Amino acid sequence: MQSAVSVKDLKIAYGSTVVLQNINLEIAPREFLVLLGASGCGKSTLLNAIAGLTDIADGEVWIEGRNVTWAEPKDRGIGMVFQSYALYPRMSVRKNLGFGLRVAGLPKAEIAARANRAAEMLHLTPLLDRRPAELSGGQRQRVAIGRALVRQVDVFLFDEPLSNLDAKLRNELRVEIKKLHQDLGNTMIYVTHDQVEAMTLADRIAIMKDGVIQQLAAPAEIYHRPANLFVAGFIGAPAMNFIEGQIVARGAGHAFVAGGLDLDLAGYQGAPLPGPATLGFRPEHLMPEAGGGPAIEGTVSVVEPMGADTVVWFSHEGQSHSLRLMGDTGLRPRDPLRAGIDITRANLFGADGTRL
Amino acid sequence: MKHRIKRSLMPFGALLPTWLAVVLVYIGAMVWTLRLSFTNSRIFPTDHYVGFAQYEKLLSSSKWMAAAGNLVVFGVLYIAGCLVIGFLLAAALDRQVRFESLFRTIFLYPYAMSFVVTGLIWQWLMNPLLGVQASVQAWGWSGFSFDLLSSRELAIYGVVIAGVWQGAGLVMVMMLAGMRGIDTEQWRAARIDGIPVWRTYVSVVLPQLGPALAAVSTILTMGVIKTYDLVVAITNGGPGTATEVPAKFIMDNLFQRQNLGLATAAAVMLLMSVLIVVAPFRFVSSMRARRKAGVL
Repeated sequence: MQSAVSVKDLKIAYGSTVVLQNINLEIAPREFLVLLGASGCGKSTLLNAIAGLTDIADGEVWIEGRNVTWAEPKDRGIGMVFQSYALYPRMSVRKNLGFGLRVAGLPKAEIAARANRAAEMLHLTPLLDRRPAELSGGQRQRVAIGRALVRQVDVFLFDEPLSNLDAKLRNELRVEIKKLHQDLGNTMIYVTHDQVEAMTLADRIAIMKDGVIQQLAAPAEIYHRPANLFVAGFIGAPAMNFIEGQIVARGAGHAFVAGGLDLDLAGYQGAPLPGPATLGFRPEHLMPEAGGGPAIEGTVSVVEPMGADTVVWFSHEGQSHSLRLMGDTGLRPRDPLRAGIDITRANLFGADGTRL
Repeated sequence: MKHRIKRSLMPFGALLPTWLAVVLVYIGAMVWTLRLSFTNSRIFPTDHYVGFAQYEKLLSSSKWMAAAGNLVVFGVLYIAGCLVIGFLLAAALDRQVRFESLFRTIFLYPYAMSFVVTGLIWQWLMNPLLGVQASVQAWGWSGFSFDLLSSRELAIYGVVIAGVWQGAGLVMVMMLAGMRGIDTEQWRAARIDGIPVWRTYVSVVLPQLGPALAAVSTILTMGVIKTYDLVVAITNGGPGTATEVPAKFIMDNLFQRQNLGLATAAAVMLLMSVLIVVAPFRFVSSMRARRKAGVL
């Protein structure tokens, strides 16, 4: 199947500073791809390159089977939504929606029809004659989405669209964007630094660091089988727990040894190799009061009740780890704790940081 | 309680000298001028009131009428010229050109000069025997003509050119500052929407420059009404009354023709015209401010 958007060997440099290099991405039609990373990782630059707002030094960008590497943004068949909404402040919502179409020379009736349809989809109809200054942040961002919508394009680009909103609106609009994607079936590329947005919205997530895509996979895959230590530590809150140690060959299989911990790796999902390694396990994959299985022992330091679940922080051999329990817990600070490790859900990373 | 009164008196005391200056110098001078305009004062003020005789004389003076007409022509063209050229210069510099600060300095530099210097420079430039016309003709275009100042019909446009040359830099700086305050994402959104650069400036950027535009228009308008030294330096009002302006009319009658009564009447007329122009704007903006504050 033809890709909706494909990026081939993309390189972007400002002067002699190379920001992105050898970026390859194939985005399927109707896919929701999230570019996730900390600020400065190059994710917005990549999005701008796809949009045609940044000059690229090398490589190609294809959209809907056309090489658009040198095409103007308006000719690429994209709509874009910005973090600051970027609405035209002196125009009403209706004019904001229709301005691009009017400049493009579309008939008035067509412009009005498209603006009305977009307004209806985004619940903006009563606000059509207001100015952006008279709208709330969430409404403004919906107008910005509407402006992309009226262009009737196949690819939507979102540049941190929810970052300027407060937490409640962010959650609401996140659901709306997901619904919109389900209704429209457009290809969407979405840049964010918020892992919750990434996990909830994406069909696939591309996690970036220092201009390099660290892992490109479905959210569940990224969560359960992070490709390397960076991805493992970036995704999940509280972050994954790490214990450094050694993998040793034992009999036909392997074992992970660190301090007093000795784990048999028979059930591990992967290919462990002897040598120095880091064991990673998520807070919710620890089982308190484990029976006879492999376990780490420690002392509870802090208990954080969050309502639906509770995060218990405990120290083990001088290191702080977290443990997530459903509901409430009777554990108190300074209580001893014994938590079983489920090796089938754990991750091991080699000396170079990649998953084994 | 007593303490509080003392506290509130303190700023009043600090402001008192300024207030005295405002009341005595500005308002006092205004009242004094108004009084003189109803007398038949010549070289010295007199107490002989003649009613509106000076105003009648003023309005039947062809020189005053010419001056008032010139002020309108000069004012409209000067302000429009400064705004358009200043905006174009600002838009040009806004395109992230090299040596932007150098160009900014060059464009603003004329504003730092006094009107007399500007007037003299342009008098030379527009002098047919040594200015632009002479140079271009010397290069071989012998039919070239750039001789505005010796023509009764065109001299006022010569003054406008000199004025715009001086004032456009100020407009540019204010507009550029306004443009820099505009979110760059709007530009990117406009590119995605396929809006040409000029259209973005006209439809998106310009409407957001309202406050800067108002400020710079006020400054330019005040400049227009005060216009005196520029005209004196370039044409001295001539040829004939072709570039006569009210401020020059007033100065001439005050100090050369020794006609205090007529000069003060002209000054009052000028003040009235300013009030008529400015008052509606002030009213609208104060109404808008009140509505914003929720009073209305």
